[in-house]
Amino acid sequence: MPETKLFSLPDAIARFVADADEVALGVSQEILIPFAAGHEIMRQRKRDLTLIGPISDILFDQMIGAGCVRRIRSAWVGNVITGSAYNFRRAVESGAIEMEDHSNLTLMSALLAGALGIPFMPTRTALGSDLFKTNAAIVPATCPFSSEKLVAVKAIQPDVAIIHVQRADRHGNAHIWGNRGIAREAAMASRTIILTAEEIVAPEKINSDPNRVLIPGFRVNAVVHTPWGAHPSPAPGYYNRDHQAFIDYRSASRTPQGFESWKSRWVDSLCSGADYLRLLGGERRKTLGLTHHVWSQPADYGY
Amino acid sequence: MVTAAAREIGNGEVVFVGMRLPLLGFLLAKSTHAPDAVGVYELGVVRDSLAPEPILTMGDLPNLYRAQWLGDTADVMGLLQRGLVDVGFIGGAQIDRYGNLNTSYIGAAETVQTRLPGSGGACDLASLAKRHIILLTHEKRRFVSRVDYLTSPGYGSGGNWRNQIGLPRGGPSRVITTLGILSFDSEFHEMVLTAVHPGTSVEDVKANTGWPLKVSPDLKQTPAPTDVELKKLGQFDPAGYWTGAGSPDRADCAGKIQSQGQREKSLKGGAAPYCENCD
Repeated sequence: MPETKLFSLPDAIARFVADADEVALGVSQEILIPFAAGHEIMRQRKRDLTLIGPISDILFDQMIGAGCVRRIRSAWVGNVITGSAYNFRRAVESGAIEMEDHSNLTLMSALLAGALGIPFMPTRTALGSDLFKTNAAIVPATCPFSSEKLVAVKAIQPDVAIIHVQRADRHGNAHIWGNRGIAREAAMASRTIILTAEEIVAPEKINSDPNRVLIPGFRVNAVVHTPWGAHPSPAPGYYNRDHQAFIDYRSASRTPQGFESWKSRWVDSLCSGADYLRLLGGERRKTLGLTHHVWSQPADYGY
Repeated sequence: MVTAAAREIGNGEVVFVGMRLPLLGFLLAKSTHAPDAVGVYELGVVRDSLAPEPILTMGDLPNLYRAQWLGDTADVMGLLQRGLVDVGFIGGAQIDRYGNLNTSYIGAAETVQTRLPGSGGACDLASLAKRHIILLTHEKRRFVSRVDYLTSPGYGSGGNWRNQIGLPRGGPSRVITTLGILSFDSEFHEMVLTAVHPGTSVEDVKANTGWPLKVSPDLKQTPAPTDVELKKLGQFDPAGYWTGAGSPDRADCAGKIQSQGQREKSLKGGAAPYCENCD
């Protein structure tokens, strides 16, 4: 059997995320956003990162506010239920960070090309738009067969993808369910993969349902047991979205000072996931728990 | 605004459901005149039934509960790209007379005054759906003669632009605002006012539009939301998060908070409240 890939969160981030890396995270869009991993990157004061993701529901904003980011390659950076992301807004307006403007389809195409090992992917989106002005990775192209007008999207192969999953084994095989966004493309395009997982389970459990495995374990470098690691985003099967946390963050991050005090409370003063759970409190976790369950039917993979 | 949007959805249509108000519009249509509509969500969700509980956003777990399909963004973008999505809904910060939308930069991109969140899936939907419907607060600073940045293509510079630029199909069919409903003429694809909401005049609309607005000779008044529609909206948005008072989100938006009475008035007028920071 291969060696265990289990790491603590600080060790995984220290070992596999370097300054100036291109990091894909939050790739399932609104669900399973790896907040705990992002907060550890902030605590370790990583610098000059390029963040890659289709949309970012406040995590990019937090990492920008902490000074970790030099460049963003994304379609949308904000707070899904309230609108603007203020650190992002301040940083772009002051020229502190560089923005590569994608649409969801162009970013997905870039990562799919990266995953497939080809230099670009054609699409039909964005023709006539100004995305071409603020994104050097898309250019007009012509179909070699039909001469139709298309858009060529340059491949992206991130240095590291950080993906939050429901359950994983120690070898990096993991089950993910719910909508997947661009998690498969992002993971398969990346050089290095870190999984944070709600639960670590026996390999036999994962292996009993290979269709639910996100990516083959041999591609994964680190597995981190991170219960509530996606909070305040939802984790199907584990907890609901914490709307109030997104609203509170919106209010806190309106000013740099407000953001600093938010960061001090929710990131800097904590050492571990256990600290975070204590700060969140049992009552709040209880209210976010599932109230209606629906279990899938087992499928027979036998022969 | 939400009810007018819902009425644009035909029964059995495949709908690309955007963030925010469109989420409500789809639920309203699905529970009234379009029970067979199918909802496609950019994060990789397809639903043919109502979510069992109110949702604030498409990633809420009730929106995944017994979905028809949970897949990848690539899957739903594929539906869109190959022309299998009938209609999509988007909003924006700025719009021009040809229905081009800006959700990226106010001021030039090089000397940016205000950075907005960006495209998300909006550019894809505007490029690739068979038609799309735009929901917007009607204000002069938003209805501008030319958008500062073209995030999501409408009819470009008018006429045959979409075809010339290589877009395979589509274009905006309606713009539903806080004051009225607008369409596009068939030749130049320029915006035309076709209906005003109850209590709104053509002069109000013109005064809030940044170019000389064309008005249809057949101008109508938007039918007010019915009691059934209002009741359904109350079920889907019980705390009034998207449709008015009681919004925890808007509680600290000074000057924009609505009383219950105002909320009813704005709902009956077909309008939705507006907050600069939220829209």
